[in-house]
Amino acid sequence: MPAFTPPPLPSDDKRWKIVNGTMRKNGFARHALIETLHTVQSSFVYLDDDSIRFVARSLRVPLSQAYGVVTFYHYFSLKPPGKHTMTICTGTACYIKGTDKLVAEAEKRLGIPQGQTTKDGKISLMTARCVGACGRAPVVLADGEVNGLMTGEQMLEQLERWAVE
Amino acid sequence: MKLEELEQIAESVRLENAKFDHEVNVCMGTGCLSQHSDRLKEALTAEVAASGKQVLVRRTGCMGLCAAGPLVLVDPEEILYQHVNATHAHDVVASLGGEPFADLQCDLREHFDQQVHVVLENSGHIDPERIEDYIARDGYLALVKILADMEPNDVIKEITESGLRGRGGGGYPTGLKWGTVAKAVGDIKYVICNGDEGDPGAFMDRSVLESDPQRVLEGMAIAAYAVGASKGYIYVRAEYPLAVQRLQACLRDARRRGLLGNNICNTPFSFDVEIRLGAGAFVCGEETALIASIEGKRGQPKPRPPYPAVSGLWGKPTLINNVETFANIAAILRMGAKKFAEIGTGKSKGTKVFALTGKITNTGLVEVPMGMKLRQIIEGIGGGVPDGHKFKPVQTGGPSGGCIPEELLDIEVSYESLIQAGSMMGSGGMIVMDDTSCMVNVARFFVEFCKTESCGKCIPCRAGTAQMHTILTRICSGEGTMTDLDLLVDLGGTIKETSLCGLGMSAPNPVLSTLRYFKNEYIEHIVNKRCPAGVCNMEAPAAVAKQLEVLA
Repeated sequence: MPAFTPPPLPSDDKRWKIVNGTMRKNGFARHALIETLHTVQSSFVYLDDDSIRFVARSLRVPLSQAYGVVTFYHYFSLKPPGKHTMTICTGTACYIKGTDKLVAEAEKRLGIPQGQTTKDGKISLMTARCVGACGRAPVVLADGEVNGLMTGEQMLEQLERWAVE
Repeated sequence: MKLEELEQIAESVRLENAKFDHEVNVCMGTGCLSQHSDRLKEALTAEVAASGKQVLVRRTGCMGLCAAGPLVLVDPEEILYQHVNATHAHDVVASLGGEPFADLQCDLREHFDQQVHVVLENSGHIDPERIEDYIARDGYLALVKILADMEPNDVIKEITESGLRGRGGGGYPTGLKWGTVAKAVGDIKYVICNGDEGDPGAFMDRSVLESDPQRVLEGMAIAAYAVGASKGYIYVRAEYPLAVQRLQACLRDARRRGLLGNNICNTPFSFDVEIRLGAGAFVCGEETALIASIEGKRGQPKPRPPYPAVSGLWGKPTLINNVETFANIAAILRMGAKKFAEIGTGKSKGTKVFALTGKITNTGLVEVPMGMKLRQIIEGIGGGVPDGHKFKPVQTGGPSGGCIPEELLDIEVSYESLIQAGSMMGSGGMIVMDDTSCMVNVARFFVEFCKTESCGKCIPCRAGTAQMHTILTRICSGEGTMTDLDLLVDLGGTIKETSLCGLGMSAPNPVLSTLRYFKNEYIEHIVNKRCPAGVCNMEAPAAVAKQLEVLA
């Protein structure tokens, strides 16, 4: 049986080398699928069709299985996020302290439902299931930075700042 | 690494620390870091350098009381400062050696004195990324000793005698599990640490991994020796970047010191650990689903038996325990099984870490001996419900648990008593609610959670939780009928009995327990079309409920 040769990198974008590195470290084993997808997402911010195809071919995983894994886990995103991301925690502790209202206010301000990005591509509105900072509930993540004891006004101020940028 | 070397490292750390007159410990867990305790530490370091005092400024893990963060603990005086920020650095440093800086000092003896710290004994006292700090507090003593003097079977016997039970929620006796894996036939075995803390509102595992990660590694290594495994995985949520980063640093240090890798302590025992990142699926906390996820597949559970102890990761015998369970192991072997078993109740031994959150004064992490009354945890340690509101229930066990009302607050915390009360121990989330929370709405919240997190493999869970959500939405929008209540009980029973894994089996618990204790709230919603807590919007368009029904 001829030795397996992984497919060529999709482009000369240096980030593919990082992705390839993760796969090589795992010996191109199939079980490295999730690890590799993590690397793709951290390098390219989201997963597009080309990257999923490339990873599936490199690891000899059926494309259906790779796509199945991507859609199963919430952490993987198939759409590019906006320039800024407001993630509102909707874990139990935050919910008890009223993040449902925060979500509603943000949706109203941005005119989009949660999980989407504004038309100008500036702001994405996301919800998370608990970031583990329940002691400071309610919590929002402004571009990944944890902000505790959040009020509606503070959050809207942040959104305003991003909107006029 | 020999015992003498270990003592040498510990001694050198002690000597180094003795050079300083004071130790200023700055909490740098996720909670305090979100309030810029990193800048605070820099400011303190600069102030100390300017003052010329002999002071060690140390980064530590979580001190527990997240509500009062950022926290600073001054040793040896044991003065705790709360809400400290960089502008206070001068005053704090100036007060060293004299009177404490009164403005920020917090007196929470009631909060801390009732706790018993076993798992959290080092949290807030060591730098989590310095293995030397851990060794100076008797870290790796247990591992080095058992490798020298104990047979694997004796280790299992000791753990069995300690009465330790799984801290992930199920409460399966740990010694028994280890024994099964040890007896299983196979030359390759695995040890997995379950750090997929999906329960929203719980953060014990994150805190342990951020504050004292070496402790978990030591526990895993001891487990691997006991069951004959040579490879381990830690499965951590990708949502906990700080925990992952600290674990990576710890793995490096432990390998460098020869405490992980080949021939640990010059014995034939070899063990190494890899980190695997979760990707945001609650069901992966279930052991067979977690194993599927490590194998790079969708995290869907499998029917048991065969149990992972016999056929787990890649079909090999696999020991899988929770972070907190592993964090107990080294302490048990150091203090001895008998002494550990003295803590706790008849069937639930040792301590349990709880994440106390919601409508409570002292939110944060607490560690209490099993058998403590719930009331003491909430009103004593937690400081009760703030702002003059009235306590309603406490929710334990997350989406798998239930709500415990005021009249049952005098039960003792143990695996059995919580199940009897219609809830469960769970991983340790404890969410206090007051009279502004609507129980029907909370039940709907949890069912919605289980509905979206259901992996879809088995029908009772996939379709059942969707139907429950529809019914609860109907009640919340004032369109429920009294027959809906019977339907909920009936449906809940079916889901409980016929689901494949723990997620489905426990998904109806929040509904059934609120129906048991707060039925009048449901009736109020249905008959009088009124939400007693004023949360549910009864004028919500009926179309919303109809739309959901179609989707289900």
